[in-house]
Amino acid sequence: MDHEGTYDLRTGRGLIACPRCDALHVEKELTAGETARCVRCGTVLANPRSGAFVQLIALAFTSMVLMLGAVFFPFLEISRMGFGNATSLFGVALAFAEGILLPLVLAVLIMIVGLPVLRSFLLLYTLVPLAQGRPAHRHAATAFRISEHLRPWSMAEIFVIGTSVALVKVAGLASVHLGPAFWAFCALIFVNLASRGFMCQATIWDAIEDSGGKTDGRELVEAPKPETVRS
Amino acid sequence: MSGASDLRGSGPVLTAHRAGLLGCHSCGRVWPAEQKTCARCGEHLSPPDRRKLQYVWAWLCAGIITYIPANIFPMMSTQTFAGLQGSSEATILEGVVELIHHGSYDIAAVVFVASIIVPIAKFVAISWLALVAGKPATAEQAHTRLKVYEVVEFIGRWSMIDVFVVAILSALVQLGFVASIHPGPAAVSFALSVAFTMLSAQSFDPRLIWRGLPLRSRENKNDGQESQAE
Repeated sequence: MDHEGTYDLRTGRGLIACPRCDALHVEKELTAGETARCVRCGTVLANPRSGAFVQLIALAFTSMVLMLGAVFFPFLEISRMGFGNATSLFGVALAFAEGILLPLVLAVLIMIVGLPVLRSFLLLYTLVPLAQGRPAHRHAATAFRISEHLRPWSMAEIFVIGTSVALVKVAGLASVHLGPAFWAFCALIFVNLASRGFMCQATIWDAIEDSGGKTDGRELVEAPKPETVRS
Repeated sequence: MSGASDLRGSGPVLTAHRAGLLGCHSCGRVWPAEQKTCARCGEHLSPPDRRKLQYVWAWLCAGIITYIPANIFPMMSTQTFAGLQGSSEATILEGVVELIHHGSYDIAAVVFVASIIVPIAKFVAISWLALVAGKPATAEQAHTRLKVYEVVEFIGRWSMIDVFVVAILSALVQLGFVASIHPGPAAVSFALSVAFTMLSAQSFDPRLIWRGLPLRSRENKNDGQESQAE
């Protein structure tokens, strides 16, 4: 256990390094609404929001439900001169199911469905015990780290923009009907954006160790005033 | 660590590396230089080292190599009226030309920027970053480089949009006799090129950008409060 504001330059206790530029800062627990930026490169180091965990849990659930709808409801439908065709999300991925394109089926499914679901799941695994005030699960730190690593590969929002580009291209060719899965995907963008706004990695790392789970013995305790509510 | 954004880049700052420590780039914890993995988040710790740039170069080469077939082979083939009114196989560039012939200049511009300008700009930007990383720089140059890095990192995944467009079009436009669209082999190599370029950008260590800053004065181990350490 370390006291807030004390640090040791030999072991690195009580310090944090900016992930972008490596500048050292003294670790401090912020109150909700404050933002800490790196003194040198301006990267946001922490910006806790009050009630963020509950919001993040709710948003992770929402995104799972929306993804369920997006997978099973019809996605798009077109028709022209009596010929019609409808496709679901699986249909889109299976468009590549010929010859050497086959691996792309799996890649597309993972990027637009698999990873968003997996990330929501990992986030729930990490945050649910924390929000309930119980000790974090044993692998919470690993789960959260993996979830953050996978962030750039989860491409649901890019897929939605891709859909709109495709629709513009098709518009001259045939009439298009948008299915519920399309709207579910659109909603997913906003859920992801909101989730991003509430996400503060530093706070979650702090919460994982404050919750009394397995730690490295470096968790901060507030130095002078004994019990204040932690954000 | 206080909201000291107005102090950006003023004066030398003590980095974990200069202090003989290692910062975890996943959670920010600072560890002695011998530590191998971060005890809080389990991330592998590595010092900012120019040798790590080999990974960047390797992924970048893979990205450039797979970008070549992406431009030579057709991205998708279109058949209208069972080939009577023309069936065409279009590479990325031919697709753009076709769009211009049809008079849809705006979409042509979007496709051209997204699948030709952006990938090439990414290759150039990553090579430049990898070349100048760790070389001496002023604080302003370092800020520019970090900005370039952040743009590359942000924009990288958006190139995948092309692959999704091809997938959606081929799944959707299956109107039997009237029109059908099939994906071409370029879709795979384009997807691979985007993925490799993303990996290349991810293996670039932004801390290297700041390593070459001149170490003029007394090192400052303080956080947010310091403004000029001269």
